[in-house]
Amino acid sequence: MKDYLFLIPVLPFAGSLILALTGRRLTKSVIALVGVGSVAFSALVAMVIGYGFVTTSPSARPFTQTLWSWMQFDGYAPAISFSLDPLSLIMVLVITIVGFLIHVYSAEYMLGDEGYSRFFTYMNLFVGAMLILVLADNLVFLYLGWEGVGLCSYLLIGFWYRDPVNGRAARKAFVVTRIGDTALAIGLFLLFTNLGTLNIQELMEAATTKWPVGSETAVLAAALLLGGALGKSAQVPLQVWLPDAMAGPTPVSALIHAATMVTAGVYLIARTHVLFELAPPVQHAVAVIGAITLLIAGFSALAQHDIKRVLAYSTISQIGYMFLALGVGAWSAAMFHFMTHAFFKALLFLGAGVVILAQHEEHDIFKMGGLRSKLPLTFWTFLIGAASLSALPLVTAGFYSKDMILWQAWSSSSGNVALWAAGLLGAFLTSIYIFRVVLITFFGQTKKEISYRPGPKMTVPLVILAVLSIIGGFVELPDTLGNLPLFSHFLQPVFREQIVQHAEPETEILFQLVAALVSLSGISIAYLFFFRSPHLAEKLAQSRAGAALGRFWFSGWRFDWLYEKLLIDPFLWIVGLNKNDFIDSGYTRIASVNRALHSILSRTQTGNLRWYAMGIAVGAVVFLGLIIMLTP
Amino acid sequence: MNPLFYISAIIAVVSTFMVITRKSTVHALLYLIVSLLAVSLIFFSLGAPFVAALEVIIYAGAIMVLFVFVIMMLNLSAQAAKQESEWLTPGIWIGPSVLVTLLAAELIYIFTTDRIRLYVPIIIGPKQVGIALFGPYVLGVELASVLLLAGLIGAYHLGRPHKH
Amino acid sequence: MIVTIPMEHGLILSAILFAFGLIGVLVRRNIVFMLMSVEVMLNAVGLAFVVAGARWGQVDGQVMFIFILTMAAAEVSVGLALVLQLYHSFKTLDTDAANTMRG
Repeated sequence: MKDYLFLIPVLPFAGSLILALTGRRLTKSVIALVGVGSVAFSALVAMVIGYGFVTTSPSARPFTQTLWSWMQFDGYAPAISFSLDPLSLIMVLVITIVGFLIHVYSAEYMLGDEGYSRFFTYMNLFVGAMLILVLADNLVFLYLGWEGVGLCSYLLIGFWYRDPVNGRAARKAFVVTRIGDTALAIGLFLLFTNLGTLNIQELMEAATTKWPVGSETAVLAAALLLGGALGKSAQVPLQVWLPDAMAGPTPVSALIHAATMVTAGVYLIARTHVLFELAPPVQHAVAVIGAITLLIAGFSALAQHDIKRVLAYSTISQIGYMFLALGVGAWSAAMFHFMTHAFFKALLFLGAGVVILAQHEEHDIFKMGGLRSKLPLTFWTFLIGAASLSALPLVTAGFYSKDMILWQAWSSSSGNVALWAAGLLGAFLTSIYIFRVVLITFFGQTKKEISYRPGPKMTVPLVILAVLSIIGGFVELPDTLGNLPLFSHFLQPVFREQIVQHAEPETEILFQLVAALVSLSGISIAYLFFFRSPHLAEKLAQSRAGAALGRFWFSGWRFDWLYEKLLIDPFLWIVGLNKNDFIDSGYTRIASVNRALHSILSRTQTGNLRWYAMGIAVGAVVFLGLIIMLTP
Repeated sequence: MNPLFYISAIIAVVSTFMVITRKSTVHALLYLIVSLLAVSLIFFSLGAPFVAALEVIIYAGAIMVLFVFVIMMLNLSAQAAKQESEWLTPGIWIGPSVLVTLLAAELIYIFTTDRIRLYVPIIIGPKQVGIALFGPYVLGVELASVLLLAGLIGAYHLGRPHKH
Repeated sequence: MIVTIPMEHGLILSAILFAFGLIGVLVRRNIVFMLMSVEVMLNAVGLAFVVAGARWGQVDGQVMFIFILTMAAAEVSVGLALVLQLYHSFKTLDTDAANTMRG
């Protein structure tokens, strides 16, 4: 069974290749069949292998399959090899299943686009690269998948390349993540030169034996890996690309920038968690960065008009939660939140896609309204997603995962009050901003009539994701609410966590109550400000402080402005100095000398017969003169 | 034979000078014929009767007559003669004269550095020339005939009235 | 009575005739005159060959002269045909008029 492991990433690659070569000549239904089918088969294989994995004894794990040797040089030979352990199994299942649902959705969503086959080519390529990233056995192969998803992100953000705005957004995403990628590459070099291998299992063992906790090399390596993760997962300071990446089609935003690619950083840190445990300062930095990011993004999401930008900032914020969890050592909590987040964020994006299509490509929520009656199914699924995002107590998956993170932020050995408070405040903001969107978009007066009704290919995935957003949390019930820690037990062999209990169950219940209260109060404030008495919100927005704050949050805390002043302008100034390109001038000077010589010499071509005869005569005289002078 | 050589030489030089300074084409041609005849005499005095005859028959007889025919065909008017006098300004002569004097001086210098004497003027008649032509130089003869054929066809083609 | 003629005298004559021919090519604008001057040059060269052949008492000088003669004949016929074409195209015998192949 494990021999078919390679099929999981290979099937989407095959789909991508087929579509790349023949896509132009196929009909749209065949394209959709190939594009969706490859991911569907991959999901199927993943589920079968997953079942086999779960039912085999723990001693047989992890599954590894080596296809062939990739490179060979002195002392190290990285191979194309896949490794399946509980962590990667969860990632694989989420990627393939959610990916499959999004592919089905986009089979209908992108129907009107003339780049239909190109879309599925890139999407399949992306799924294949992402699967390589999570299944890779060594960090070199992982880096291949890492770069692959970065490429596909660029291709898909700039999918509608004819509009230069999209191209700029794609370029911005690529350049910013590139900074992270470079850090990651340097980190890999460091690891290799110090430990001699990049195979993940061996690397972790070598690191624990060779490096004491807190050693400088470990800190440096972990910091560099963190840099890579920051770029890909859009955390501060590299978060500026994700809001602009909403220029791509909505299914792209759902798959890449919500459910999968942006969580690659989380996966990287989880995978190399041994290294981070050896570098406590870096791990603490992870938590702090996570906390800061979730707050910054939360405030920014409050002030956005574009429905997709709200969701983008929300993604940044939720990944901040995952980083917070990783930073306090709550590895399985982070992965749990990753899973539930994939469900409800994909759901929210797909729902937003339906709304955008129905409002004739309109993105501004203030130009929408009253869609509750017009798009009932979309409304209910969107509501469920929003509820899960704001961690509505007990009935949503988001509640369990976010609660687990908040509890660990307080109670784990490296957690502290400040982090917990930040997380709580973030949850409060989350409820407000997402229900702001729900209330403005789906309630109130209808401002624009529906121009599109979604068909089953779009509605069925919404329903499935909505169901998952509700029941997805029941795999990990905390002690106080049912004690069903299936998820963390499953991940135990990977993380070897100790569930640290700082306090008794009573404290835990108290914290859960507080979290639930915060979530509900956020919803009610949103209800008050955006439904009941909108004039209150308007008065706040129009006051001096309110307007300034609103603008500040709208621009994402002015990070773009900062980077422009700090980095882009000096760079452009330096480039401007070399406007005439002094290196090139050497070559152009050769060319211009040539041209001058040519114009001089061409003046000898007068077309005059006597002139030529004169030339012959002069030549003869000179030649004879030379003979006379040179012969003794 | 001595005075024959020098007198013919002087005539040749003078008449060649006249060739290049005339304004009328026909006058120049006639002077050229005189020059060729003088050179033929020089050949005779050098003991080469065959080429002397050839010079008269072919060069002066055929080639110059060809020139005469073409000039008659061109039908140049008196306006052409006036044009010639306009073109022949005295200033034109300076540059080429300098150049040519240099050339002549060089050639003369080359020729005089070795005082060579011409001994017995051996008369080389047509028989020896014929033997040489059919002997070592037969390839050259064939090539010359090809050249003449090419010239023939070229002249025929170029001489046709072309529709422009 | 055999009187010797120094070879260099013959060659000097040839050189002078060649020089005159060259001047004629360079100075005259009329194409027919230029052709005539070329004939003068060819003749001068032939004279040099015959003089050399007579000095050594060999037949090669005369053979070379015959070749030069042949070549002159072919050249004149083609050249005059071209002169006719030139006159037809430009309505003049001025060589400076035919300078459209200016570089």
